[in-house]
Amino acid sequence: MVEYLPILILFIIALGFAVTNVILSAIFGTQKPTAEKLTPYECGIDPVGSAHERFSVKFYLIAMIFVIFDIEVVFLYPWAVAFQSLKLFGFIEMVIFIGILFICYLYIWKRGGLEWE
Amino acid sequence: MANVSIMTFNILSILPILTLAGFGMIVLLVDILSSRKLGEKNLLAYLSLMGIIVAAILARNSTGTTLFSFNESFAIDNYSLFFNFIFLLSTGLVILISHSYIKREEINHGEYYALILFSTIGMMLMASGADLLNIYIGLEVMSISIYILTGFKRSKLISNEASLKYFLLGAFATGFLLYGISLVYGSTGAINLKQIAGFIADKGSISNPLLLMGMALIIIGLGFKVASVPFHAWVPDVYEGAPTTITAFMSVGPKAAAFAAFLRILMTAFGATHYEWQKIIYILALLTMTVGNVVAIAQTNVKRMLAYSSIAHAGYLLIALVAANDMGMSSVLFYILAYTFMNIGALAIVIIVSQKGDEFIQIHDFAGLGFKHPGLAVAMSLFMLSMAGIPPTAGFVGKFYIFSAAIKSGYIGLAVIGVINSVISVFYYLRIMVIMYMKEPTRDFNPLTLSPLIVVAIVLSVIGTLHLGIFPSKIMEIAQQSILILK
Repeated sequence: MVEYLPILILFIIALGFAVTNVILSAIFGTQKPTAEKLTPYECGIDPVGSAHERFSVKFYLIAMIFVIFDIEVVFLYPWAVAFQSLKLFGFIEMVIFIGILFICYLYIWKRGGLEWE
Repeated sequence: MANVSIMTFNILSILPILTLAGFGMIVLLVDILSSRKLGEKNLLAYLSLMGIIVAAILARNSTGTTLFSFNESFAIDNYSLFFNFIFLLSTGLVILISHSYIKREEINHGEYYALILFSTIGMMLMASGADLLNIYIGLEVMSISIYILTGFKRSKLISNEASLKYFLLGAFATGFLLYGISLVYGSTGAINLKQIAGFIADKGSISNPLLLMGMALIIIGLGFKVASVPFHAWVPDVYEGAPTTITAFMSVGPKAAAFAAFLRILMTAFGATHYEWQKIIYILALLTMTVGNVVAIAQTNVKRMLAYSSIAHAGYLLIALVAANDMGMSSVLFYILAYTFMNIGALAIVIIVSQKGDEFIQIHDFAGLGFKHPGLAVAMSLFMLSMAGIPPTAGFVGKFYIFSAAIKSGYIGLAVIGVINSVISVFYYLRIMVIMYMKEPTRDFNPLTLSPLIVVAIVLSVIGTLHLGIFPSKIMEIAQQSILILK
C-alpha cells in the first residue's frame, strides 16, 4: 500500500489548493454585486426566462447519437496511426466496425431520430 | 513506428456469436427497410429462429475442443458450449412464444427480436468469459438489452416502472461487480481466471483481505443477477411488469448466464479458497430458497408467483454451488436445462390463458381450465409437478442430483432444508392444479389465442420435461464431461 502514498498526497494537495483559493477569494475579494452580475451567463445574450424548466427529450437523443459517432472517430485515430503495421487485417476490421455503425445510422435515420419535429 | 501486435483469435470460436450478431442486424435492417404497413413481421420471427439454428449448428462443430481467443480471455470449451446450447434453446423457445403474444399486446416492433438476439450474444460471451473483464462485458450486453425489453410495453405504466427499477438496481449491482473485479485485479495483478488461481496457489488468500473483499463483491454482483435473497427485491416487480414473454426470457437465460459465470469464477479462480466462499453461498442458498418459497405462497398473481418460484429455484442451484463437487457442478447444468423447459412452458400457458393487457393473470382465472381445455391443463400440471420436484419429471431428477451432491460434500443440514423447502413449494404449485380441475370457471375461456408456434413451444417443453425426467443419464453424462474443464 505504501507505493500509493504519493497519490494520496497529490489528492490532498489538489483538494487543499482548490478549497484554500475559494476561501481566500471569499475573504479578500471585493464584492459589488449588481443585477447584471448575478444573472446567469448565456453567451452574452440577455437571459430569456428561467433555465429551470423541462427540456425536450430530443436533446437527450441528439446528445446520445452524437456520443456514438464521436466515439467512432476516437477509435479511428489510433487505427490511422497504427495503420501501417495493422495491414490488411486492421483495414478489414475497421470496415466491419464502420459497417456496423452505418447500420446504426440507417436505423436512426429511418426511425426518425434525426428529425426535430 | 511501434510494432502493433494483433490479438490472436480463432474465428471458429466466435462464429456462433458473430452469426447471431449478423442476424440481429439483418432483422433490424429488414424491419426498417420494409414498409411499415407490412405489420405482420412474421418474417422477422423466422429470421431470428434461423439465426439461432445456424448458430447452434456452428457451435456444435466445436464440441470436444478447447479454443481460446483474444489473449485467452474468451474460451470455447465443453462447459461454455453446454451453456450456449441452453441459451440458444431458451431464446428459440421464447421467440416461438413471442410471435403471437407481441401481436396481441401491440408491441410488434422489429427491435424486439433484434434485442433478444443481442441479449443472447451477451449470455454466450458471459459463459465463455475466461477473464473477469470479458464476463463483465457479456453481462452488460445481456442486461442492457433486457432493460429495454422489460419496458417494451411503452404505454403501460407498470412496464415502464419495471424497466426503470431493473435498470437502476441492475446498474448498482454492476457497480458492485466492477468494484469487486478491480479489487481482485489490484490484489492479484490479473484478470484472467487461471492467473488469479495461480496467484492464490502461490501466495494464499488469507493474508490478503482485499482479495477476499473483491471476491465478496463479485458474489454480490452476480447474486443480484441470479436473484438470490437478499438481492432479490427487484424480481417480483420486474417479472410482473415485463411482457410475459420477456419474463420467460429473463427467468431462464440471464439466470443461466449468471450461474455460468458464477461457477466458472468460483471454481476456476477461487477454487483454492472454497472454504471462504462456501460460507457465504451457504447462507445465500438458505435464505434464497426459504424466502422464495414462503413468499410465493401468499401470491395471487401467477406471474408474481412464478417470480418467487424462480427465486426459490435459484436457491436450489446455490446449494449445488455450496457442494462444490463434481456432482454439484454438473447438477447445476442439468437443473438449469430442466428449468428452461418447465419455466418457459409454464409461462407459455400463462400467455395463452391471459388476455390482452395482462388480463386474467390471477390464479383464480385458471379455474375450470381442466374442463375447457384439457390439453393445456395437462401440460400446465406437468410443468407444476416438475417445478415441485415430483417424478417422473425433469425437476425431480434435477433436485435429486443437487441434494445428493450436497450430502456427498457433507452438507446434510442444507440438503434437509432444501427438501423441506421443496415440500413447502408443493403447496403453491399444486394449488394451481386444484384450481384448474376442481373449481368452476369464473370467466369465459373461449377466444384463446393459439398460434401454431406457441403450440410447438409447449410441445417441445413437455417433451423436454419428460425426457429429462425419464432418461436423465445421457444429459447428465454430457454435463459431467462439460465441467471437467473447470478444475
